[in-house]
Amino acid sequence: MKRVFRSLAGLAVFLLLWEGIVRAGLVRQEFLPPPSVVFATLFQLLGDVSFLRDVIATFLAWLIAVLISVAIAVPAGLLLGSIPGLRASTAVIIEFLRPIPVAALIPLILLLIGSGPDAKITLAVYASLWPIMFNTIYALGEIDPVLLETARACGTSKTRTLFSVALPHTAPFVFTGIRLSATIALIAVVSTEFLAGAELGIGNFILEASTGSTRFDLVLADTMVTGILGFAINGGLELLGRRLFRWNTADREAV
Amino acid sequence: MSAITLSGRVGRGVSSILRTWLLFIAILVLWEIVTRAAANTFFPPPSKIATTAAGLWFTGPAGHLFLTDTVFDNVFPSLGRTLGGWLIASVIGIAVGVLVGRSRTAMDYVGALFAFFRALPPPALIPIFIVLFGIGPGMQTGSIIFGAVWPVLLNTVDGVRSVDSVKVETARSFRTPKGYWLAMVVLPAAAPKIFAGLRLSLSISLLLMVVSELVGPPNGIGISLLQAQQAFDFPLMWSWLVLLGLLGYGFNAVFVAVERRALAWQPTGGRN
Amino acid sequence: MSTMLEVSGLNHRYGTGEKEHIAVNDLTFTVEAGQLASIVGPSGCGKSTLLRCIAGLIKPTSGTVSLHGDRVDGVPSDLAVVFQDYSRSLFPWLSVAKNVEFPLRWGSLSKTDRRERAQEALDQVGLSGVGGKFPWQLSGGMQQRVSIARALARRPALLLMDEPFASVDAQTRFELEDLTRRVQRDHGSTVLVVTHDIDESVYLSDRVLVLSKSPASIVADLTVGLPAERDQITTRESAEFVSMRGEVARLLHGKEAVTAAGDAAEWELAEKSATADVEAESKTG
Repeated sequence: MKRVFRSLAGLAVFLLLWEGIVRAGLVRQEFLPPPSVVFATLFQLLGDVSFLRDVIATFLAWLIAVLISVAIAVPAGLLLGSIPGLRASTAVIIEFLRPIPVAALIPLILLLIGSGPDAKITLAVYASLWPIMFNTIYALGEIDPVLLETARACGTSKTRTLFSVALPHTAPFVFTGIRLSATIALIAVVSTEFLAGAELGIGNFILEASTGSTRFDLVLADTMVTGILGFAINGGLELLGRRLFRWNTADREAV
Repeated sequence: MSAITLSGRVGRGVSSILRTWLLFIAILVLWEIVTRAAANTFFPPPSKIATTAAGLWFTGPAGHLFLTDTVFDNVFPSLGRTLGGWLIASVIGIAVGVLVGRSRTAMDYVGALFAFFRALPPPALIPIFIVLFGIGPGMQTGSIIFGAVWPVLLNTVDGVRSVDSVKVETARSFRTPKGYWLAMVVLPAAAPKIFAGLRLSLSISLLLMVVSELVGPPNGIGISLLQAQQAFDFPLMWSWLVLLGLLGYGFNAVFVAVERRALAWQPTGGRN
Repeated sequence: MSTMLEVSGLNHRYGTGEKEHIAVNDLTFTVEAGQLASIVGPSGCGKSTLLRCIAGLIKPTSGTVSLHGDRVDGVPSDLAVVFQDYSRSLFPWLSVAKNVEFPLRWGSLSKTDRRERAQEALDQVGLSGVGGKFPWQLSGGMQQRVSIARALARRPALLLMDEPFASVDAQTRFELEDLTRRVQRDHGSTVLVVTHDIDESVYLSDRVLVLSKSPASIVADLTVGLPAERDQITTRESAEFVSMRGEVARLLHGKEAVTAAGDAAEWELAEKSATADVEAESKTG
């Protein structure tokens, strides 16, 4: 409980500082609206149907992207992770593909797929494949050999071993990968909307608000919505992960 | 070491390199064949991309190492912003991370705020940075720093907080002064996590470089990529794209090599 | 012989109210300079808490600890601790030599002096040639030796050891016990060893303090009548050793048996009185 209070206190201090800086005239109000204005706008937006449609559009695109990502990356990771020869050779390819910034692919995707939801989803899937694959492969390599030997000594068949020893053990790592992917996917979806100007979506909303007659309170309010969404997704998955894998004592990634 | 084992080692090394790159080369060849067969303007064959890229970057005067003006005007500034921004973000992230991590309660206050900032899609903050710095290199570097600082900061906090309790007691039992405590115990203990954060923020820096350049002039890899696409010059566009891939790969490879040396003391020998 | 360590009325409590747990209960004892004393007690009786109070790592709820006459408030500068878990106590990113040098870094010694001292300490524990290695490259016994060397490099007035040999195998334990005795005699330092191993406490020390189970209080303070020159085989066979360890064992386990019997008797009494109350109530009700 103390932690919640402290978090709120920290948040309050931050907001007060922000409000203070703007009111004191250090930054012009049109450029950086104070929290009071931003929150007012935020509440207004929440009642605005078209904005809600944007939010839902983004959320749906995100959800689909994550599901596709998981469906591809988990089996791929399991496959690549359990065949050592394959892992080494695909490693180089992955190391080349992974660092290509997703945004750089936007022009290409726009040409191929146009600017509808498909583009968003494709890019988001591409961006979010990697954490899941990596964590799955890594996890398979990390299985305590003692566990595997014990299974073998008990006469467990190879498939059985895979399902009842390897999979449960790798599950927490894979889940962390999924959590990271979910965050990245959201960023990818919103970024694509913003950079490519989709028809619907939070990113598109920011784009429209920031061009033309710039309304920064809208921009900030919308950014806040994105932040809250991302925060909620990450936090929610973290909690879920902790409950599902309470028995896990291994070190998980911090970020 | 006898000649036999030495040549055996070399042989094994060569064959493992071959194996790793074999699949890569095979795919490259496949890519060439498929794109030639399809003859789709969107997907020029790798050979065409290579020649375009060579012409674009390497036909300069000998005095400049054969590098063209394009390289100087676009590639170097982009690299400068990316690496410069990353370094600044790293320093800030580690410094603040150590400060916050050392205090038991500080994270309680700011943890949620940090998590919130981390969840913000950096591209969406571009408008804010444009406002603060105007369109230009300042905005680009600024957004790189803002986006890249979070993984370093959060990982540093985590690393600093999870120093082994036995080591804490050992250091206390020797009355270790604060400076030595931080430099010789906390930072090395947190190093693996910090390095993981640094690696992630390096790739974020690269991403933000591209994004911030897509939005604005005056120069850079990102804007060159966009201009090529708008001019429908696909070999050119792909050249820039491949460059980005190479840069990402290169950064990562160099980083991993440095990390392996720095963390060589780990019992697993600095394994990734 | 002067008094090196004086513990007086030491009390330590964890938690408050209902969750309160008294770890150490009114301990008073002294250790003379140059003595090798050990504290034996069952697991979980509060030995570690006691050690940490003596070292200044924990501030006791009440009572005092004095080191050569000076009150202990925070960790004193001429004290060193050897912990049980050597693999977590040594710093894996420093070489063995640098680990041993670590406590000397902020002192007034020059670099060459530091290195000499560290080498000296390593020689003393029989690890002359491993300065350049890293802890993970050494066996458990060798790592603990490095820990001891690190503690010795400081030339501490008091050396505290927290179950130092509990994490090594039996053979290594014997070697390390002999090493400790030798080092203590060569240096003339005062050593206080906390252990749960009865044989070890008798073999190792000049004096054995027996603690009760939690909350820890001193059950007995025995002087070990064995000769200064000890040997793992002959000493352990000697009549003196056998009778000493028997006495300590009885003090440790015997008391528990007595307490258990006492508890059982109390429980019976409590039950009887409870049933009596219920009967009385039903009669009047």
